[in-house]
Amino acid sequence: MTDRPHPGAGKGARPPHKWGGDYSVVGKPLPRVDAVTKVTGRAVYADDMMLPRTLHCRILRSPHPHARIVSIDTSAARRMPGVLAVITGADLPIKFGILPVTQDERALEHEKVRYVGDPIAAVAATDEEIAAAACDAISVEYEVFEPVMSIEEALAEPKDERIQDYGGPNNIHKLVALEFGDVEGGFARAGHVREDVFFFQGNTHLPMEQHSAIATYVDGRVTLWSSTQVVHYVHRALSKVLELPMNRVRVIGAAHGGGFGGKTDPFAHEIIVCKLAMMTGRPVKCTLTREEVFYAHRGRHPVLMWVRTGVTREGRITAMHFRTALDGGAYGSYGVASTFYTGALQTVTYDIPAYRFEGCRVFTNKPPCGPKRGHGTPQPRFALELHLEKIAHDLGINPVELKQRNFVKPMTRTVNWLRVTSCGLDECTERVMHASGFQHRRRRPGRGMGFAISSYLSGAGTAIYWNDMPHSEVQIKVDRGGVTAYCGAMDIGQGSDSVLATIVAEELGLQPADIRLVTADTDTTPIDLGSYSSRVTFMAGNAALEAARKMRASLVDAVASKMGCEPAAVTVGDARIGDFSFEEASILAEARFGTLTSAGSYTPPKIAGPYKGAGVGPSPAYSYSACVVDLDADARTGLVHVNKIWIAHDVGRAINPLLVQGQVEGSVYMGLGEALMEEQTFRHGLHKWPSMLEYKSPTFLDMPEVETFIVETVDPEGPYGAKEAGQGPLLPVPPALASAVYDALGVWVDEVPVTPEKIVEALRRKEKGEPARYGPLRFPNIPYPETIKVEPPPNKELDLAAASTI
Amino acid sequence: MAREVQRQVLALDVNGERTELLLPVHKTLLEVLREDMQLTGTKHGCELGECGTCTVLVDGKPELSCLLLPLQVEGRAITTIEGMASGSRLHPLQQAFAELGAAQCGYCTPGILLSAKSLLETNARPSRDDIREALAGNLCRCTGYVKILEAIELAAGRMA
Repeated sequence: MTDRPHPGAGKGARPPHKWGGDYSVVGKPLPRVDAVTKVTGRAVYADDMMLPRTLHCRILRSPHPHARIVSIDTSAARRMPGVLAVITGADLPIKFGILPVTQDERALEHEKVRYVGDPIAAVAATDEEIAAAACDAISVEYEVFEPVMSIEEALAEPKDERIQDYGGPNNIHKLVALEFGDVEGGFARAGHVREDVFFFQGNTHLPMEQHSAIATYVDGRVTLWSSTQVVHYVHRALSKVLELPMNRVRVIGAAHGGGFGGKTDPFAHEIIVCKLAMMTGRPVKCTLTREEVFYAHRGRHPVLMWVRTGVTREGRITAMHFRTALDGGAYGSYGVASTFYTGALQTVTYDIPAYRFEGCRVFTNKPPCGPKRGHGTPQPRFALELHLEKIAHDLGINPVELKQRNFVKPMTRTVNWLRVTSCGLDECTERVMHASGFQHRRRRPGRGMGFAISSYLSGAGTAIYWNDMPHSEVQIKVDRGGVTAYCGAMDIGQGSDSVLATIVAEELGLQPADIRLVTADTDTTPIDLGSYSSRVTFMAGNAALEAARKMRASLVDAVASKMGCEPAAVTVGDARIGDFSFEEASILAEARFGTLTSAGSYTPPKIAGPYKGAGVGPSPAYSYSACVVDLDADARTGLVHVNKIWIAHDVGRAINPLLVQGQVEGSVYMGLGEALMEEQTFRHGLHKWPSMLEYKSPTFLDMPEVETFIVETVDPEGPYGAKEAGQGPLLPVPPALASAVYDALGVWVDEVPVTPEKIVEALRRKEKGEPARYGPLRFPNIPYPETIKVEPPPNKELDLAAASTI
Repeated sequence: MAREVQRQVLALDVNGERTELLLPVHKTLLEVLREDMQLTGTKHGCELGECGTCTVLVDGKPELSCLLLPLQVEGRAITTIEGMASGSRLHPLQQAFAELGAAQCGYCTPGILLSAKSLLETNARPSRDDIREALAGNLCRCTGYVKILEAIELAAGRMA
């Protein structure tokens, strides 16, 4: 089940893998610690909370994509029976935003609206229907502006006024231009140079749970329960906007019904319910409608990409120049980071000796884009993988071989100063090649297979706001045999609670179910920065490991002293410490040392390169994936039927292989949805399909068989060698699918999603003798700034003993 | 602007318990279960009948509680996730979902478990395609459906 035998078992098969090596609970496919709570419907999500006297909040949102607010009249709404409070932007004027450099949002806008759905006013009433009726009774007068709806329009002179008052020229938000190594020389050395243009359409997270938040205000303190991935960042935003010290604000993560990056910004409704609770003295709850969730968005940026690569005749990359243009929507959100991410990780899979990256993010009058699973990297991954396939076809080299020739090696540093430690690219590739029979696939028209690889961070190496503090902290309390672990980490379904419990249990010789957890509560738990950038297993895991080892040492010391032996002679395991039960040992230790607490923390090594913008991309470790897609494509209808997907993921070590498989399968599913059908597109500022029926996502019927291989490279710095699992395996799916369509029909669809009409159009062009592709024809002229030239690191080989010095 | 709300006394049979409630006639079964009966195990994802999250069983058949009015189901046997286990003993489907990691965020899980329960009651040994067909109306964004399929097969095997 968790270690399916290698399908090619027999000749040359590897010996059965023992998960977790000699560990007792690490590496075991145990059920998640909250499994029973979830299968019995007892997990309490934010909208399930019903506090006495709760008021219901509804938010009035802009019907215009771009307009100045002339006046807001709330008097009729205020007079309605059952309405207790009505607020507008004047009540919450302080701006906030996830990144310190783009504090450009207000909980309620009273001057200008920038997308359909921008919040303008909010009502607290005794029931939701009254609140909705009161929103309808608010009259707003607008001066309507021409909306900016595309990258091209954003680059041009605005017809009315700019969307934001920063950035520029025109509606450009951010420009980046970096060069590492001798790019010109690299192209001069190349035996072949190729240019391609690609487009990745935006799409959204579509969590099953609509965002929800409920707040109380008691004794001068605000408490917010929310469906958020990042209690700490919500805490900071609330403190700022409500003008309350951090110690007067408490944020608790409720059971979480799905995030995928979509609940990683502080949101207007979270601030609004707190403000309304402060005004009314009663609990206030706000749950977004599904339509509002589509407009809240913060999802995948639409990205237009241009790439030019030089290779030797043998297919070795000599230089690469990569340009991206991101359609950011109306606000900053994570956009500056997203922009850098579209250029950062190309070098982490392929050895690129000279690399130039130019990125641009524009503002448009659409819901803001932000981080979605893979944050800023699935788009360039799609472009890069297909681009290399095309180069391989140009040179007559097998595409898999060409990619393999350029794979990065473990323990190296990339030209843009990223540190690669463990790297399982070769093994991942070998596993999916072997299992799928890719190299010996039978050719017939309409059937194809495609291959792609990828890499992702195990946590961002730098925090969102500059500080020297740890990124994750864990406290452990042992009291009469009971163990409680406290950590700010937020389990969004990926299983971070199970990871914490497993690590603490492993060190103390217990079972994960023996560990009581208190998580994601800014009053009672020490900090963890939250569930984003695939950071929790690596960072909270390392913090838990340190705290647990300290606790173990205290227990062992007390037992050794009682047994009259050296601590090293005391064994820990099976709920026993030396000659004593765990409970007896805890009593001995408490009698000897007093209150039994321990703490651990994790700060990533300072590994960013010496240049501006180096903060985005570094991670203490990178995961690696390889994927093969097998499909049938109908030349007449363009319909694609995916037969099977093989995926191998280098997770370093699987703390729980069952949960790792779940993350890998879920990533493959989400990548497939993006590849085939999901798109967030707009008409006159309105979302074309803000419903779960019309926004197509894969159902049970669309999902093919997935065969997962977990590859363990045991990272030198991960907890027990673990790296990330939740995002990386999404990345290779869209390019592998597009490449399989080419294999089946001989046409390139250089644009995500790969829909039937694009396939049919590409085939029509092929028949007419035009280039056999569907995709963007050109990349716009962008006024990139002067390129910052960065010297590559002096040593390509990595010495971990000296790594802390750079 | 006082609103005229028509109310009606209804007797609902939920998880074998009969409860009389005075309800506004326009309130959906989903809202009544969650807000008037505190049965918050039934979740909602769209409230438009599109996602399957709010699935409950009515006389053993899966129905979308967001599209039903309590009046339509008066006197019929309604089963929610709270009625699936026998006391503290999990239903074999719940057990299999827990063991195989078929619930990640857990939000779609109640609806999927109830759809699966209905399937196994009419088709004790469903094929993979039977399961896919029966569950096609229940969306899940976390699992890729893989572990859910495996868990339903495991439960079916154990129940047979």
